Amino acid sequence: MKTLDLSKYRDPKLIKQIVEDLKNWEKPIKIMEVCGSHTMAIGHWGIRKLLPENISLISGPGCPVCVTPSSLIDELIKLKNVTIATFGDVLRVPGKEETLEHARARGLDVRIVYSPLEALEMAKEKETVFVGIGFETTIPGIAQTILMAKQQKLKNFSVFPAFKLVPPALEALLSAEDIKLDGFLLPGHVSVIIGSESYMLLPQKYNIGGVVAGFEPLDILAAIKIITEQVKHNKPAIVNEYNRVVNIVGNKSAQKVIDAVLKTEDALWRGIGWIPDSGLGIRDEFKEFDASKKYNITLKEEEGNSGCRCADVLKGIIIPPECPLFEKACNPAHPIGPCMVSSEGSCAAYYKYER
Amino acid sequence: MKYDIITLGHGSGGGLTRRLINDIFDKNFKLPTLDDAVEIENRIVVTTDAHVIKPIFFPGGDIGKLSVTGTVNDVSMKGAIPKYLLITYIIEEGFKIDDLRTITESVQKAAEEANVKIIAGDTKVVERGKADGLYITTTGIGFLPEGVDLSSKSIKNGDKIIVNGSIGDHTVAIINAREKLGLTPAPQSDCASLNELVQLMLKSGNIKFLRDATRGGVATILNEVAEDTNLGIIINEEDIPIKDTVNAVCGLLGLDALYMANEGKLVSFVSGETSNLLKEMKKHKHGKESTLIGEVTSEVKGVYLRTSIGGLRPLLMLESDPLPRIC
Repeated sequence: MKTLDLSKYRDPKLIKQIVEDLKNWEKPIKIMEVCGSHTMAIGHWGIRKLLPENISLISGPGCPVCVTPSSLIDELIKLKNVTIATFGDVLRVPGKEETLEHARARGLDVRIVYSPLEALEMAKEKETVFVGIGFETTIPGIAQTILMAKQQKLKNFSVFPAFKLVPPALEALLSAEDIKLDGFLLPGHVSVIIGSESYMLLPQKYNIGGVVAGFEPLDILAAIKIITEQVKHNKPAIVNEYNRVVNIVGNKSAQKVIDAVLKTEDALWRGIGWIPDSGLGIRDEFKEFDASKKYNITLKEEEGNSGCRCADVLKGIIIPPECPLFEKACNPAHPIGPCMVSSEGSCAAYYKYER
Repeated sequence: MKYDIITLGHGSGGGLTRRLINDIFDKNFKLPTLDDAVEIENRIVVTTDAHVIKPIFFPGGDIGKLSVTGTVNDVSMKGAIPKYLLITYIIEEGFKIDDLRTITESVQKAAEEANVKIIAGDTKVVERGKADGLYITTTGIGFLPEGVDLSSKSIKNGDKIIVNGSIGDHTVAIINAREKLGLTPAPQSDCASLNELVQLMLKSGNIKFLRDATRGGVATILNEVAEDTNLGIIINEEDIPIKDTVNAVCGLLGLDALYMANEGKLVSFVSGETSNLLKEMKKHKHGKESTLIGEVTSEVKGVYLRTSIGGLRPLLMLESDPLPRIC
């Protein structure tokens, strides 16, 4: 197996140079990362501790599991005589009463898959519902799976579409009044699919810039440095730092598959609410594979009065330790909000790396 | 989340398992130790271990080999020399007799290699659907040489931490086989008996404590030691031997090799000079890549990883099995 040599993106000399340079930064700024893998990488490398105090990194709605409404879990648990196929970290998302993991222990047939294609195999034995959670990165593979299910004329397979799109979420965040941000660390993986041009509205309409960044320490530090320069000269722009894999227009084949199978819809974001045109539903031509129609499932907004402040964490209004439940009532053993559930979730990342 | 039933997480070896042991087992049994093996009398050490694995045949071994090496290693980590094994098969109706023969030959081969004798056993057959093909339980008996007394209580600041080779190999071999990831060449499990290596180590260095890095991996052992001794530990990311394939799988699935199960790797706490010990370990077939990865220190409380760019990252005790990430 061949692996990429990443050592040049971890060069201690260059890292030190940027860190030293950033120490001279005077103005307090807030930079939001909107990709869970960035949150993890920042913690993994201990980057927050390398930055001066006036540069704050805040975690936005970057983990697809985090923004999945708990009512989806409740509805899945009610399904009878089906196999529920899902990516692993959905297993511990708390519904109103229990998690899929707990329901599995009671006898619900829940199986972890690494690829949606595995769910097609399962459907040959038994009625199977795939939990379609993910951002633009994961969506093309799931859309392709639906195409294949159609080709194979499968009757036993459906996908619950809980897909989310990044750019509309960013716009929704920027339209909210209580948010003060100076720049975005834009997601690397998502941008491989949608291209760096997808964020042009940020500088044009909201006067805020962003950098599409990779996940190595130099990628992230360079992106932060670029954002400080933009702020300093008041010249917000979209910069593609991750140009070894991300281009301007994205992956056209992946976009074509998405467009063939899915259509833009309003979506319910846990902690944020409904955001117009921020999700994808399954097109009518493929409605036999749409679990929301097959089982007549509609998602409801959270009632949420447990004191959980995931919403404010996702909006970047507070950092996880500022939530009264953090570490105490809510921890990885007993996650209350979804931000604690996924290893990519803002609260889990904070619990793990930043305490 | 309140647990009123057992979930897979209760078998993870993390916090959930610990609470199960404390709240139910230890509360009733008042166990003399929560170690994997225990010295009973006349320097006799015993242990027991149940082996469940899917797939039962995997690159680098099978459930038969594993049920010998796992138990041999638990006895060995006390510093004892394993001598005898008792073995119990729980077989599901419909299991192929040819497979049972192959696995049993593998048990015998691994026992010969580890210089232990299978002296008794039991066989049970359960209805189809009531067991996942085959489960094997082995009980090991060994003898503790005079003068050997390994305990985490003797660990002090400044003690060094050594592993006998690359970590994460077993878990990645199993994930690749089970999930058909299609990695070529297929990664091999490190499944091996470490009794010979341990005796060599005891002769070559001042070994204070040993633990095989199975379920929960290296990070879980370090956390248990830090908790038991109230000491701090720092390991250096750059020094930890991890194969490229393992790193790549970790990157793809969002897993961490430090928490992955190994079946032929040990973590040792050593005081004093380590160069002779490392030299001797490297001469042994199961110690070729032995490496000093860190030390016990008063600099921190708990367990930390010094990242290759100089940051410090806490390595926490996991609650449950790590779940693969979505993207």
